[in-house]
Amino acid sequence: MQNRIDQLFAVKRHNVLNIYCTAGFPELNDTLPVMTALQQYGADLIELGMPFSDPLADGPVIQDSSTKALQNGMSLHKLFEQLTSFRDRIQVPVILMGYFNPVLTYGVEAFCAKCAEVGIDGIIVPDLPMAEYENEYRPVFEKYNLHLIFLVTPETSEERIRKIDSLSKGFIYAVSSSSTTGKDKDMKDQQAYFERLKQLQLKNPVLIGFGIKDKATFEAASAYANGAIIGTAFIRAIEHSKNIDETVKTFISGITQ
Amino acid sequence: MDIAINTGNSRYQVDKNGYYGRFGGAYIPEMLYPNVQELQSQYLSILSDPTFQQDFEALLRDYVGRPSPLYFAKRLSEKYKAKIYLKREDLNHTGAHKVNNTIGQILLAQRLGKRRIIAETGAGQHGVATATVCALMGMECVVYMGSIDIERQAPNVARMKMLGATVVPATSGSKTLKDATNEAIRDWINNPVNTHYILGTAAGPHPYPDMVARFQSVISEEIKKQLLEKTGSENPDYVLACIGGGSNAAGAYFHYLDREEVKLVAVEAGGKGVHSGFSAATTQLGTIGIIHASKTLLMQTNDGQIVEPHSISAGLDYPGIGPMHAHLYESGRAQFLSATDDEALAAAYELSLLEGIIPAMESAHALAKLKDLPLNTDDVVVVCLSGRGDKDLDTYIRHMNK
Repeated sequence: MQNRIDQLFAVKRHNVLNIYCTAGFPELNDTLPVMTALQQYGADLIELGMPFSDPLADGPVIQDSSTKALQNGMSLHKLFEQLTSFRDRIQVPVILMGYFNPVLTYGVEAFCAKCAEVGIDGIIVPDLPMAEYENEYRPVFEKYNLHLIFLVTPETSEERIRKIDSLSKGFIYAVSSSSTTGKDKDMKDQQAYFERLKQLQLKNPVLIGFGIKDKATFEAASAYANGAIIGTAFIRAIEHSKNIDETVKTFISGITQ
Repeated sequence: MDIAINTGNSRYQVDKNGYYGRFGGAYIPEMLYPNVQELQSQYLSILSDPTFQQDFEALLRDYVGRPSPLYFAKRLSEKYKAKIYLKREDLNHTGAHKVNNTIGQILLAQRLGKRRIIAETGAGQHGVATATVCALMGMECVVYMGSIDIERQAPNVARMKMLGATVVPATSGSKTLKDATNEAIRDWINNPVNTHYILGTAAGPHPYPDMVARFQSVISEEIKKQLLEKTGSENPDYVLACIGGGSNAAGAYFHYLDREEVKLVAVEAGGKGVHSGFSAATTQLGTIGIIHASKTLLMQTNDGQIVEPHSISAGLDYPGIGPMHAHLYESGRAQFLSATDDEALAAAYELSLLEGIIPAMESAHALAKLKDLPLNTDDVVVVCLSGRGDKDLDTYIRHMNK
């Protein structure tokens, strides 16, 4: 079967909306209800965060959601249990995002096998560098048809972006500014960088993330790329939600309508 | 006082990919790639530059007060029936070995054109040593420190502030050294161009473990010369050092790594007992994983979550060890022991009463294992006395009547 991420970009090239949510947040068993609502109200892709005790690349909001999820009892084993038959009701591509230590401890091959078994399409591991992936782990990810999605930043050289593009599958995650997640930065300052990325004519689609929080920022980013990723703003929205379905509906329609 | 540059084909030094055996590497997010890459590609050429070495040596001599004495501890030797020497890093300016590394890194930061310095600190010794060199060079300094450590190391917090540093409490996770390090790394991600991160221990992404070990290698460089003068041989039978992340141990071992006849002993913080649930004895409780961008041994759950360690000593209260030490442990080159909080306290009192030296809580862990080594009367033992105990007086006073 063709990877669902590739299927998506084969038919949709513009305004692709990827929403990040932390597994097991706000409550342990909210994982599937949140994902179901995201699909129903128009998210094109779901990025599901695997909580970690020490999320280095994340700002306070996603850190706190991760801590809360761990307190709720979330773990990789628990997550795979929750995802056992999620493909019965969710068709959009799903990406797992998390740090390398829990994956390494689970066993990289066992992790990939389990992802393939439940129906995961891609993985983002911000602290797994390109060189390590290339030297050691690439065959395992490819064996299970999992796309490893790499990040590029405003400081990434063109040469390195090209290299990342050649190793990447699915899409490239363009971090909009040099920062942890959830930092507010002026989108205007980043236009030169987005423009530069666009000019590179990469083989992979590009989604822009970090600092995308509403309709205006989503549209601004989408003008330069195939779409954008929203994380922190969505976590804030569902943090104290009394009705997940209603909250997700309001949040997504605020972006897409 | 040469910085070790050419280390040849050592089995125990870093390889060209930044690994020690299967440990090490740089598991960094892409946001840190330009910074870390800049360091990786430049640190060796900067360190081997003669003007850099001159500046480093001059500051260590005139500002830090090196060489630090190698002191024959007569009464301690009588008690343990061996020849025990103390490497007096406690007599350095700012009171610990940490300043050797901060002097080196501030000179490096200048050559990289950086204007802003960040650091993490546990006990506050590295924070003070960083604030000190920033004041010396007129650089902006931000130190991240766990909010729990800010409470238990108040005098060092005051010193950092008096030296002009901004001390930022780390309030995430366990609120100690591990979390302060996370916050420093996050700061670096958010300030990629003008900032240098002065990491304080022989851990973190390559090249930090190697770079910090090289700056600290002045310790064993001096031990060799001093021991030759005093005993006629550069080699002791044992080198004993405490280990949290492992910077003083890395420096004390450095020039002896390939002299297998010298026994290297590392003492971890056993806390309330290795299996009490309140310990920081990483080699006994840890498994391989990634912490602070390094593949090494660390304490974690079955699910790969990093656990919160415990030690009475804020400087050893860390759930990992540097990758060089993980390799020394796994290869059997160094012997790893642990000392409990109580053993360390007893050793601190003993050194105070026998030698008139109040050691840092961290260094007391190393002293605590003298009783467990199978020593002969002719054995020469060097203990790295990594710091002085002024900062720990509150802890010592609290236990005085127990």
